[in-house]
Order: sequence, then structure tokens, then C-alpha cells
Amino acid sequence: MTDSSTPAVDIENAAKRYGDFTAIKSMSLSIRDNEFFTLLGPSGCGKTTLLRMIAGFEDVTEGAIFLFGSEIEQLPPNKRPVNTVFQNYALFPHMTILENVSFGLEMQGNSRVDAHKRAGEMLELVQLSEFAQRKPAQLSGGQQQRVALARALAPSPRVLLLDEPLSALDLKLRKAMQIELKHLQRETGITFIFVTHDQEEALTMSDRIAVMSAGELQQLGEPRDVYERPRNRFVADFIGDTNLLEVAITDIADNLASCHVQGGHQIQCGASEGVSKGMTAHLSVRPERLLLSAAPAEEGSLRASVKENIFVGTDITTLLTLDGGPDLTVRTSNSARGAARVFDPGADVFVTVEAGAARLLIN
Amino acid sequence: MSAKTDVKAYRGFFTVTLICLFVLYAPLIVVTVYSFNDSLSITVWQGVSLRWYADVFTGVESAKFKTAAFNSFSIALIAATVSTLIAIASATALVRAGRFRLRLPSMGLIMLPIMVPEIVLAVATLIFFNSIGFTRGYLTILVAHISFCIPFAFLPIQARMQGIEDTYEQAAMDLYASRAQAFRRVLLPLMVPGIISGFLLAFIVSLDDFIITNFVKGAGVETLPTAIFGSVKQGIKPNIMAISTMLLAVSVIFVAVSYLAAKWDNTKSHLKTDPAR
Ligand SMILES: Nc1ncnc2c1ncn2[C@@H]1O[C@H](COP(=O)(O)OP(=O)(O)OP(=O)(O)O)[C@@H](O)[C@H]1O
Ligand SMILES: [Mg+2]
Repeated sequence: MTDSSTPAVDIENAAKRYGDFTAIKSMSLSIRDNEFFTLLGPSGCGKTTLLRMIAGFEDVTEGAIFLFGSEIEQLPPNKRPVNTVFQNYALFPHMTILENVSFGLEMQGNSRVDAHKRAGEMLELVQLSEFAQRKPAQLSGGQQQRVALARALAPSPRVLLLDEPLSALDLKLRKAMQIELKHLQRETGITFIFVTHDQEEALTMSDRIAVMSAGELQQLGEPRDVYERPRNRFVADFIGDTNLLEVAITDIADNLASCHVQGGHQIQCGASEGVSKGMTAHLSVRPERLLLSAAPAEEGSLRASVKENIFVGTDITTLLTLDGGPDLTVRTSNSARGAARVFDPGADVFVTVEAGAARLLIN
Repeated sequence: MSAKTDVKAYRGFFTVTLICLFVLYAPLIVVTVYSFNDSLSITVWQGVSLRWYADVFTGVESAKFKTAAFNSFSIALIAATVSTLIAIASATALVRAGRFRLRLPSMGLIMLPIMVPEIVLAVATLIFFNSIGFTRGYLTILVAHISFCIPFAFLPIQARMQGIEDTYEQAAMDLYASRAQAFRRVLLPLMVPGIISGFLLAFIVSLDDFIITNFVKGAGVETLPTAIFGSVKQGIKPNIMAISTMLLAVSVIFVAVSYLAAKWDNTKSHLKTDPAR
């Protein structure tokens, strides 16, 4: 047995090329045992490809992948202690639900009786016992999804790969399944590698998130970390909503950078690594960390005028224009407290950036 | 569909339908009806009887027809079985082996017997057998039938296979099945409707073949089509119509079975899903 500090999956400089096209650029990342790990990125960024490399359906063009410390390149998919929940579920249409779930167990060498018994337990776990004798086509999308999950979990893999398993479900069911999945991961202690292009899903479910774009790892970290301290413009923009302002650095003192925004506005923020006086960079500020007020706050506020208020249920989104400068989005909670900070279109207001909320990005 | 845009609303729809049906089925109906004619003549109706059916089994030509029927059905059965097995293997290779350089030429080679005029194939087969000194007889017919049945068995199997996502096999292998197990437990069962349909098609094509059989058969070895042709050359007797009607019945049964096989397809319409990537 491996000790708990050995990563479940260790990807070392792994690259994948299809002819001239590079789907995964030399990538290194370590996925810990018992972790709920999420691969997040826009469509076509290589999430499925990376998953298929781990499962064994794609060769690794360069570099290596280790599973609990051992190199797996030579192992065919059926010899890897890894199971997959496919994007389209891929339930065997000619088999009943019970046969589907017991398939892996039988292939592992369990007797049919034992396999069916364990499969029955798995179906109980996902609350589908009454459908055991149906065919996949006779189930709803959400039920099929749970069968796929039960089928992949039944052989007790050490790593479970989930390729956008919730993308076909409607919002309500998806939320319910998110909680169920998270639960299941905690209970079983199996390492989950979860693929999604939905940043909210990634933030709510993961222990750690790897943000990918165009076959490259952009940032790796805990959800809060990735959300609050994006490393570059792509991550800031892809995860959550943000205001990206082009700024010129006019001064750096005490690790604080003075940023000049078009229209003569000044914003102070923590100088990140690589920032120097005189350069231009981008400032990312989350809309919920901007405050509107009728009078300027003492820390310094920016003058702006309100363009429009958009009601989004829990929040009110205010679009405004900095005097002589770019547009900004501000989000205020839809509550009695928040109502005091909402102004009618056309009103002149002051915008305050919460302390520590602005983040300087140089690429 | 609204009644106004329905094809039935087109002028002349009914007439065209009648003409088509008439052209397609009139000869068959005539043969079927007259096979029950109680007359020596094939054109004068003299009342209903089964005498020509009895004649097929007990008449002067009955021995000849029995042997021919045995030859026809045994050859069709073996040829359909063997060609279906070959077709399963080729379809698996051509649909599942990804892109390889000789894929298109291979496909062309398999389909060739359908494209080439049958008479050319017949002559070629005959010359081939002669040149290797293969004595003409039952075996030459069988080998020739196997070879020209392959594309007919191949087509439905290939069509079926193309509709099966390869994620099913991947899912099977992901669940610890070896390649062979994934094929046997997942791919093969999913292909069954295509296989049945391919087998039936090959069977009918073999049963029905005349030109190639006539060229490669040895003296004295007859199949039903060549036996019927032999009889007809001495003048059409009503017993030929009885045999033809029985062959027609066999065909109808096969078509019906093939239709039921497609219906029995236990996977429903779940095969076409979005690719996983
Ligand atoms: N077999 C292949 N041959 C060539 N290119 C491929 C192949 N498979 C995938 N690609 C390319 O690799 C890139 C990454 O594909 P991948 O399926 O991993 O994306 P993804 O991140 O899973 O996207 P999505 O969210 O849409 O599922 C895409 O640009 C795709 O076109
Ligand atoms: Mg994908």
C-alpha cells in the first residue's frame, strides 16, 4: 500500500498532440488522495482529453502519468484502478440497470451472485432499487446519471473520473446532485476528478480546482484562493464576474501600487509580483466588492454615474460609468440594507473599492 | 402534418400509387393465383385445386426439385452463415480500427461484388475455378455464394455498427473488461439486429441467385433457380408456378422475420447519443 502522502494521480510534463494540434501542452499537476479535484475550463480546452489520458483511452505523447506512485502508460484501461462516469453516461443499452451496475464487478472476477448483490446495494445507495430491472432508455436523464455513478463506483475504484456528469440535468436537479456527489465523495473517500465548464459548480464542490485554458494549466488552488486571488486575466474573467480595468502604475510604495484609471481616477491596491512603476496592467475587482454611496467615503472614492439597474433576484446589478472613464458593474444584495446603496439611473454616485478587493494582474 | 401539405394532397397521388402497385405486384399475383389453377394450361382458369403443389412433391419432377431445394437451402444457410461471420469481422475492422491507410480500398474491395455486373463475376469465377483445377459441383457453388454474399451481409452490419458509439466499448474496458470481453458482452449484442438483418439478406440473395450458380455448378448439381430454369426451357407447366409461389412465401416470411428482428431490438432509440468529447 502507498502511504497517504503519495499523490493519487501525478501528471508530470504530460503533453498530448493530435498530429500538429496540441490538445494538452506540457502539464504538471498532482492530485491528492481522497480529494475532490476539479478540472475547470471552457469548451475545447482539453479537459476530456486529460481525463481520457488518465483513464487510458488516449496515449500520452510526452511526459508521464503516475497512479499512486506507479507509471501507468503501459497499462490498458481495464488494468487501471480508475473508473469513469462518461459525459453521455454510456450505459449499456441492452442490459438492465442491475446488469449495468454489476458489469464491472463481474469483469473483476466476482461471481454473478456476488456482483448482483453488491450492485443491488449500490442501487440502494443512489435510490434506484425499484428500477433494477429496467433498461437505461426507460429512465430519466437524472436517473441515468445516478446509474452511471453507481456503475462506476461499484467496483470500488481508487480514482473516479467524472466528465461533466451534471451538464445534461436541469438546474434544480443539478444542485441536488452536486450535494449528493460531494456527500458520496466524503463517504467513500475515493479521489474524484471532476470535469466541468461551470465555474459555480467548481467553486461549490471542489477541494481544489485546476483552471485550464487552451491545453494549459492557468491556476491551481482552493476555490476561495482561485476566486479571490486569480493569477491572470483569464482566470479572473472565467471564474465569477469581474471588472477588468486597464490601469497605469504611477507609483509603488510600501508594497502598495497606485493605479491610474482612464478619466483621472486613482485606485490603491496591493502590488503583486512583477509589478513595476510605469507599466500598464489590469485591475480585477469583483462587482460585489464595490460599494455605492451618495457622498465620497474617506478612503477615497471614484466619481461615476449610474446607467442602469438590473434585477437578478438575490442581487441588483448596477451598471455605471466612471467619469471620463470605463464602465463598471456593481452588485448589491437585494435586501433592506442593500437598498440604501441602489441609485436611480442618471444619478451621480461615488464608488468605493473594498479594502484588499482589487487585484493587480500583469497578464 | 396538416392535410394540405400532406403528400396525399398532391394531384394524381392516387393514380400514381395504383400504377406503381400494379407494376410491382401484378406478375406476382398472377403467378400466385394460377398456381392454384386446376388445369394443365397456364392461362385457362378451371377452378381451385392444390394439384400442382402435390405435383411438386410427388410428380415426375419431384425428385429433381427435392434435391435442388436441399442444395439451395443448405448452400444458402452455409453461405449466409460464413459470409455473415466474415462481414462481422470486416465491419469491426473498418468501423472500429480508426483511420488506417487501406481503409477506403478495403471498403471498396468488400463492396465490389455488388458493383460488378453479375455476369462478369460469373465468368470470372468460372475461369478462376477452371484455372486452379477445382472440379465444378456443390462446393464450387458454395464457395462462389459465400464470396458474393459478403457485401450483402456487410451492409446492414456496418450501418448498425456506425450507429453504436465507441464509448460503450470504452465504458466496458473502463470497467475491467478485456478487449475480447468488451466485444462479446457489449458490442456484439448491440450489433445483433444488424447481424440478423445481414444474415437474412445474404440468405435470400444466395437462395435467389441464378447467373453465377448456373456458370459454376457442375453437371447434375442443381439449385432451385437452375432447376426451375431447366424445367421452363421445356415449356412452362403450372407446377413451376407452385414452386415460385412457395419461394415467394419463403421470401415473405424472411422479410417479416427481419422486420420483427428490428422491432425486437431491445435497446430502443438510445444508441445515438452525443459523442463524449
Ligand atoms: N481525436 C482528436 N483528434 C484531433 N483533435 C482532437 C481529438 N480529440 C479532441 N481534439 C481536440 O482537442 C481539444 C480538446 O478537446 P477536449 O474534448 O479535451 O475538450 P473539452 O475541454 O473536454 O471540451 P468540452 O467542454 O466541450 O467537452 C479540442 O480542440 C478538440 O478539437
Ligand atoms: Mg469534454
